[in-house]
Amino acid sequence: MKTLERSTSAVPPPQRSRRPFWTARRRDHAVGYLFIAPQLAGSVIFVLIPLVMVLWYSFHEWNVLAGTFHSVGADNYRALADDPKLPGVLRNTALFSAGLVTLNLGLALALAVLLNQRLRGRVVFRTLFFSPVVVSLVAWTIVWGFLLQKNGGINAFLDLVGVQGPNWLRGEGTAMLSVVVVQVFKNVGLNMVLFLAALQGVPQEFYEAATVDGAGRWRQFWRITVPLISPTILLTSIITVVGSLQVFAQIAVLTQGGPGDSTTVLVYYLYQQAFEFHHFGYGATLSVLLFLIVLVLTVIQWQMRKRWVFHEN
Amino acid sequence: MNTHLRNRRTTLAALTVAGLLALTACGGGDGGSGSEGPVSLSMTIWTGNEEHLKLLNGIAADYRKSHPEVKEIKFDTLPVETYTTTLTTRIAGGKAPDLAWILENSAPDFVSSGALVPVKDDPDVLPAAKKLWQRDGKLYAYPFSTSPYGVFVNTDLIKKAGQPAPADLIEQGRWNWDEVAKIGSAVNARTGKAGMVIRDFDYKAWDNLASVWNGWGAEAWSEDGRTCGFDKPEMVGAMTYLHRAVFEDKAMPAPGTTADFFSGEAAMTVTQISRASLLTDSFAWDFVPLPEGPKGPYDVIGQAGLGVFGNGRHVEEATDFLTFMTNAENSAKLGRFFPQARTSQLDAATLAASNPQVKPEALEEVVINGIKEGKVKPSHTNQSEIAEAVRSALDPLWTPDADVEKVLGDVCSAIRPQLEK
Repeated sequence: MKTLERSTSAVPPPQRSRRPFWTARRRDHAVGYLFIAPQLAGSVIFVLIPLVMVLWYSFHEWNVLAGTFHSVGADNYRALADDPKLPGVLRNTALFSAGLVTLNLGLALALAVLLNQRLRGRVVFRTLFFSPVVVSLVAWTIVWGFLLQKNGGINAFLDLVGVQGPNWLRGEGTAMLSVVVVQVFKNVGLNMVLFLAALQGVPQEFYEAATVDGAGRWRQFWRITVPLISPTILLTSIITVVGSLQVFAQIAVLTQGGPGDSTTVLVYYLYQQAFEFHHFGYGATLSVLLFLIVLVLTVIQWQMRKRWVFHEN
Repeated sequence: MNTHLRNRRTTLAALTVAGLLALTACGGGDGGSGSEGPVSLSMTIWTGNEEHLKLLNGIAADYRKSHPEVKEIKFDTLPVETYTTTLTTRIAGGKAPDLAWILENSAPDFVSSGALVPVKDDPDVLPAAKKLWQRDGKLYAYPFSTSPYGVFVNTDLIKKAGQPAPADLIEQGRWNWDEVAKIGSAVNARTGKAGMVIRDFDYKAWDNLASVWNGWGAEAWSEDGRTCGFDKPEMVGAMTYLHRAVFEDKAMPAPGTTADFFSGEAAMTVTQISRASLLTDSFAWDFVPLPEGPKGPYDVIGQAGLGVFGNGRHVEEATDFLTFMTNAENSAKLGRFFPQARTSQLDAATLAASNPQVKPEALEEVVINGIKEGKVKPSHTNQSEIAEAVRSALDPLWTPDADVEKVLGDVCSAIRPQLEK
């Protein structure tokens, strides 16, 4: 309104106000915002709003069948503290995460180092190890479900070599191991590719200089390779830890939390509470707990980067 | 110039807002027609069988002829393994169907919650079949399927193993669970196939074991639902039998082993008569009553109800359609796949017309007696939570060296707080 008055007044406007509003800089900004608008809208609608709503639900009890929804204050959080099943569930979650992170990162790094050598057919092997990443998770898990049965493919193979295989998905010890291995093979290719990219970024001269200095292969790996790819190790470990805490489909398809409660991890437990037992409020409270665990672990990893990630100190 | 600029700014803002609105619209409503105008009804079911769908769509088409205001009746198939969970998730998301099939094990939750509206109580339906679906003298779901359990037998496989046919054992008065263990064990040893399969149990859905333990007079919990029955001597007897049949006699497939009777991988299977539609001509078969247990002959039935949701969009029309779908004429059609607990249709001639594959004497024995006298599989309020607690506590039983009595005592300790609520 002010601009309009000024432009119509008899006094000529000062030179500054004639400067066009739609400068190249502003136009660039506007175009930038337009480009990120869909992603931003997606994040707000599908991440931020549900996040706030989960927190809101955690202070309520929602009976879906009866259609009632009422505030219960901090009751759900008190139930969390008193839940006799929760310590076991957290233990299973920690076991799964530790197993997955160790096996996945270890195997991915070993494969990446191996396939970074000048080997015959290494492209075929790279494709082979990466291909499970693009397979549907549920389809992958269902196939493994058949393979891991007592009379399934894995035990049939073990029979051939004279070994009697266990009942993989029914034994308390072997069920968790099976779920971890299924998940490791599914995603190891992704971390392997990230490590391969990092390995190829390590200058060859460093190794040549180390060889001249008399350092062996093992020493070169620990003193040159690991420090230089440490930013990638940080990235893959954060992605793998966060992913491991969110495991659901593999448990739902392979074991449904059993035998006993030996594979009931946090996400599966909150699914049971909310969608099977209809305790939506308590399920939301478990989601808040999961969010806090992921947040704390990520912050710790982020802080620790200063200690062990090359370039960060 | 300034006006021009402002226009461009407004256009930019409008574009942004429009983009956001378009995105939000993607997750918006389903374009439901509300209570005005043409009505579109939806019903969730757990069958995807083409013959079943043809029958249901045929009844819906007949209804629409006399009710032009109903432009569509849609049957949504949900997977049976996660049926109740998917249904309640839809309700939570504000997408409740107008009508739904309800499994017997979730009947107490649905009936007591107030989610369903009362439906027409037809006096022709047997009172015993309605019991599970009633509250305060009103019927909240029509028992559209009352399906007795029996045993399908692969007579080819039994002959191959040199074992007596169950039909002959019935004539000799020797058709009991001990004989089942002997036949199953021999079939497994001589053919490598499975002996007896309790269908759908798979060492998880334990309520299917009611088709065995009722022969011992055992029950999961007392009639009033407050006392645990797993640690009672009858249950210990039944579970000891099952444990021995699995791990010693090898008459039943062990945990982690799959064997599908209808694909010819097992000699016998306990299931409902409604599964007859899965049979092919690949082997000779028979359908016989459940074997006798130590307490003599017994019957077990699985039930399914059909209810109307109070918070559906077209309650009145849905209730009217349900009345039409379950009237005497349509019940007779449904009876071909889903046994009807109607006094007027419980005779061998009517049932034989609906089930031409099954011998009339088996229908008389299994279906008529089963529907009249059968005990419904266990159900309780908070069934899903109790079922999971039982599943978890019962898992240690399915190992070769399990202490049956101790495991069953642990099952009771696990569910007692829930039962006493």
